[in-house]
Amino acid sequence: MSREQRIAEIIADHSASEGPLLPILHDIQHEFGCVDEDAELAIARGLNLSRAEVHGTVSFYHDFKPVADARPEVQICRAESCKARGVEALMGAAEKAAGGRVKLSTVYCLGLCSSGPNARVGDTLHARLDEAALTKLIEKA
Amino acid sequence: MTLVKISDDALARACGADAVAAAFEKAGCEVHRTSSWGMQWLEPLVELDGKGFGPATVEDVAAILDGSSKKAIGAIAEHPFIKGQTRLTFARAGKTRPTSLEDYAASGGWQGLERARAIGAEKVVEEVLASGLRGRGGAGFPAGIKWKTVAGATADHKYVVCNADEGDSGTFADRMVMEGDPFQLIEGMAIAGFAVGADRGYVYLRSEYPDAIAKMNEALSKCAEIIAPFTCEVRVGAGAYVCGEETSLLNSLEGKRGEVRAKPPLPALEGLFGKPTVVNNVLTLAAVPHILMEGGASLYDSLGVDRSKGTMPIQLAGNIRHGGLYEVAFGITLRELVYDIGGGTASGLPVKAVQVGGPLGAYLHPDQFDIPFAYEDYAAADALIGHAGITVFDETADMGAMARFAMEFCAAESCGKCTPCRLGAVRGMEVIDRIRAGGRELGAMEREPQMHNMPKKGRSQEDEIQLLEDLCETMKFGSLCALGGFTPYPVMSALKHWKEDFVK
Repeated sequence: MSREQRIAEIIADHSASEGPLLPILHDIQHEFGCVDEDAELAIARGLNLSRAEVHGTVSFYHDFKPVADARPEVQICRAESCKARGVEALMGAAEKAAGGRVKLSTVYCLGLCSSGPNARVGDTLHARLDEAALTKLIEKA
Repeated sequence: MTLVKISDDALARACGADAVAAAFEKAGCEVHRTSSWGMQWLEPLVELDGKGFGPATVEDVAAILDGSSKKAIGAIAEHPFIKGQTRLTFARAGKTRPTSLEDYAASGGWQGLERARAIGAEKVVEEVLASGLRGRGGAGFPAGIKWKTVAGATADHKYVVCNADEGDSGTFADRMVMEGDPFQLIEGMAIAGFAVGADRGYVYLRSEYPDAIAKMNEALSKCAEIIAPFTCEVRVGAGAYVCGEETSLLNSLEGKRGEVRAKPPLPALEGLFGKPTVVNNVLTLAAVPHILMEGGASLYDSLGVDRSKGTMPIQLAGNIRHGGLYEVAFGITLRELVYDIGGGTASGLPVKAVQVGGPLGAYLHPDQFDIPFAYEDYAAADALIGHAGITVFDETADMGAMARFAMEFCAAESCGKCTPCRLGAVRGMEVIDRIRAGGRELGAMEREPQMHNMPKKGRSQEDEIQLLEDLCETMKFGSLCALGGFTPYPVMSALKHWKEDFVK
């Protein structure tokens, strides 16, 4: 199935629901790693919206990316509770371990706030990280 | 066969509970994956005949089974951390399997909904009003009044929306409800729907909670018949903190940018898709089934202080030795929470500051630790309870840096609709940087003789502090929602109590 067909299928899957845009965007982001201009255009046509409306929504949310990034991603929480537990002191080692191979991104809160520093890889969460554990996590990502 | 209980809460799993559970199964035990007791420093906590062992690793399995483990904590229900609590919303925590209909029904589940249907919609609203339940999301608005407004509105459709966009750092009670007792939340939503005449519900759940999303979806598919004709669906957020603000959340649900709406119109009259909508936080809705049980409303009203009624699931987080979930009646002090219950800092260093209420909450100084935990008392001290997250910092914390982070966070998460928040947050970062740099010299251009209208000298540190205070005043009173409006709380409280961290 071509990319266009698949996007059309995703749009059709959600067409019966109220306010279908976010679920559609999530599916496209999940499947293709990004919501690019072509996808925006297809959604705009499918939902009878303007491209500006779709682009406005896509660009508002941190979860939707305009370009796919093939690197594995490690999300590190750098909100208050993880800061209180010393995440900032680990960032130097984390960036060194990641180099250009792994994408490190900042997330504000994974909800494991008594046991930070915390990180997320895919749908797996990791708590109580110290420098060794975080470095290992990034190297294995 | 030996029955072992291990939580499948996201925190327990992040600390290795899955591997421990697999090891017990391999050793021939029957393993029940239950909700979490909330003693998070002990996760993964293993329960065997009511006795607890934690934090357990795969290596501990044999010793736990033969009774020689050094990680024994005794009877879990008798643990001081559990014994001191009044658990209503978290009554099932640690005891039941989250998505087991059987466990839920056997522990009093659906009784609130049944009774609601028996006494009628009007009476349900009355009981919620009488209980004194206030919105647990942060604003503390009386839930009953909101419901009454929606119930009184006429429209072809009405909605119940559950705000599960728990973005505040230091809070995780919503997550624990959704992962540990999802049916209770769904029952609360179904009761709300019945009371106000709404047949459709949405749970707006943040994408940072993959476990909660899976549990809620599973629970919803299992109980569809029980809650019918009410229907309910999970909608996943997309990483925008501001979508925890109710009008921004509604825009996001509609598939738009999560920009804040001006009020009025109130969502209760013109909410989702322009229809009357109840928007309540997870904890508010999860408290409802209990209130609707026989005598529940008066019990709720009898707990707490003044106008802060019932219990609050308080979340102990950050640099704290015994972190976790502590549900207790309003009125407790921070001193008890941080020292007696929380055991002080995890690092062992003295407590420097405690932030109550998430990124938009004030930093409290140890001198203020005797203020009773209640909406009005906190407001009087220029602080807020918010979602009752308590983040502890030890003496290594740089409060000037934390104040700057508050502005940085506001700038990153601002929806951009109103000027005080969108521009104020960026300017706030710059001003704090200048304060920390000791003030501001005139630039080369400004020193040119042609620049007649420029001030003749730079701004001193004190001038910059004055500017920051003015800016905070503008943000507090000029912003459209709590993001810009409350960011001054952490900034000003840090400046007030730890000025030395700004001017050193």
